[in-house]
Amino acid sequence: MAKVEEKAGSGGRRVSGDVLRTFFREMLLIRRFEEKVEERFRAGELPGFLHVAIGQEAVATGVCAALEREDVIASTHRAHGHTIAKGTSIDKVMAELYGKVEGCSGGFGGSMHLYDLEVGNLGANAVVAGGLPAVVGAALAFQFRGEKRVAVAFFGDGATNAGTFHESLNLAQLWKVPAIFVLENNGWAESTPNTQHSPLSIDELGKRALAYGMKLIEADGQDVEAVHLATLAAREHALSGKGPVLLHLRTYRLVGHYIGDPQVYRDKEELKRERETKDPIDLLRARLELSDEEFEKLDGEITAEVEASVEFAKAGTDPKPEDALKYVYA
Amino acid sequence: MPEITYREAVRDALTRALREDEDVFIMGEDIAEMGGSMAVTQGLLDEFGPKRVRNTPISEMAIVGSGIGAAMQGMRPIVEIMYEDFLTLSMEQLVNQAAKHRTMSGGQLKVPLTIRTQGGAGWSPGAQHAQQLEAWFVHVPGLKVVFASTPEDVRGLLWSSIYDDNPVVFFEHRTLYPLKGEVPDELEPIPLGKARIHREGEDVTVVATGRLVHDALEAAAEAESEGISVEVVDPRTLLPLDEETIVESVKKTTRCVTAHEAVVRGGFGSELAAVIQHGAFDYLDAPIERVGSKFAPLPFAPVMEQHVVPHAEDVLEAIRRTVRRVG
Repeated sequence: MAKVEEKAGSGGRRVSGDVLRTFFREMLLIRRFEEKVEERFRAGELPGFLHVAIGQEAVATGVCAALEREDVIASTHRAHGHTIAKGTSIDKVMAELYGKVEGCSGGFGGSMHLYDLEVGNLGANAVVAGGLPAVVGAALAFQFRGEKRVAVAFFGDGATNAGTFHESLNLAQLWKVPAIFVLENNGWAESTPNTQHSPLSIDELGKRALAYGMKLIEADGQDVEAVHLATLAAREHALSGKGPVLLHLRTYRLVGHYIGDPQVYRDKEELKRERETKDPIDLLRARLELSDEEFEKLDGEITAEVEASVEFAKAGTDPKPEDALKYVYA
Repeated sequence: MPEITYREAVRDALTRALREDEDVFIMGEDIAEMGGSMAVTQGLLDEFGPKRVRNTPISEMAIVGSGIGAAMQGMRPIVEIMYEDFLTLSMEQLVNQAAKHRTMSGGQLKVPLTIRTQGGAGWSPGAQHAQQLEAWFVHVPGLKVVFASTPEDVRGLLWSSIYDDNPVVFFEHRTLYPLKGEVPDELEPIPLGKARIHREGEDVTVVATGRLVHDALEAAAEAESEGISVEVVDPRTLLPLDEETIVESVKKTTRCVTAHEAVVRGGFGSELAAVIQHGAFDYLDAPIERVGSKFAPLPFAPVMEQHVVPHAEDVLEAIRRTVRRVG
């Protein structure tokens, strides 16, 4: 967990510059990783169905940095950023995307099913809102055992219309389990905009927590400091015994739903504006006042790490076809 | 050996597991103060308290799904789904989540979850409280499926299901709850994947599950008076299936009838027939007969309900058909 300083005299909190720099590094790592994934997919090297989280890096980094290693997360089809931020190496994630034994799911999961139990990643889910009920159950287990741990579900605005979302929030609040429901609201349910998928306006989606008497915390999902502080507050609340939290983060998906999505449903001018004004990495870079030289140096290091992850993945071991049946039963 | 009912046998397995193991808890609709809609969990709240005997909202996706999450953390939750018709509400969680986490995680995760449910016709609830859907779950890699027909079996199999490291869908039949039978003094776990030969015979094998095990035994007794010797086998675990015991039985008798209360089309009997024709092709003296419900949603009026579901006479008639094939 990153250190948080008390802002002198204000009684508020802020994240120190040093910590923000570590956040910046991780967010840039996720961005360069995702760009590399797009590139390698287009080159025909990656099988499957891939969704990148370009534009949503501050959510992954800000949330996961507020968690302890023993806290657990469940992710979505857009899982690379969450997985990296929770502590899985980019080598293991990239190897998974290449379907290698060295991948974080041993080549059994792929992009939409990244798992890493060692760092508390209970898996990414390709069924929208499918992972929420298990997060309630994991939090129930922590409550049973008196462990100071939280279980965290990531999901998007599209998921807030699914039955599992409502059933999970209801049960979690009823039993006051230590869970955090992270509503990563990018305004799109795949290609369907908020105006067509919810009777509530985009900024109002968090209100759904109130129907269950659940604590709602909201923050700007493009501001990593705000995300981080909000998550710390959510974690404290969840561990206090008062019940779970819906953490509503407004964010922007600056790319298509999947790699190759022509985004015919999206206004090109608006997307351009969002890319120019809502990029969380640009925003943080400006705030940290990084010189071009500092940025180039950092970017060079990160680009090399990402290149190395591709080399690692390509040099990885192909699973034996017959291993496909190895884990059907425990 | 004490004699107890099927209902008491289920309760006994639950009680023992709750007493011996802090990781075990049960949850479901109306299971606490009310003791469950079938009175199976009566008294458990008093002994174990509301934390471990948890009433839930009517919320099958969240009940099953939270069971999955707790199981992934190493607990051994036992979830009750009041009627197997309502399992349909939790299918996504069972089929996409519980069954797949182990494979999707490359072997990192286990889901030691038991889903108890019950169903069965004979009391005119209409079409949404008495279906037999066990075959649906046999189609899903990663799940285990159990259907017990006697007090001894239901107790020993439930214990093994609770302590299996995989998600198990455990079917009970409503009409069997009052059935009495002898059980060992001490609970003897019955391994999953082992069939039980209820009665040995020479001419025809009836492979039956659930209530139809008892109808098959009744039919076998009647057939004997007609000079037909019938062997009755209950697979008990539908997934994994004890193919060897079943195939060996049919190799001996050369004729086979499958029997369950679920509809015939796409029912478990169809899977049995496929396994048997492949394993005992050269031994078969008659086509395999499948007994099950007629292909209709269960109607309400008792006369129509009884017309749809199979009975001992239907099993007997199928036995006769297989024997008549060879003159």
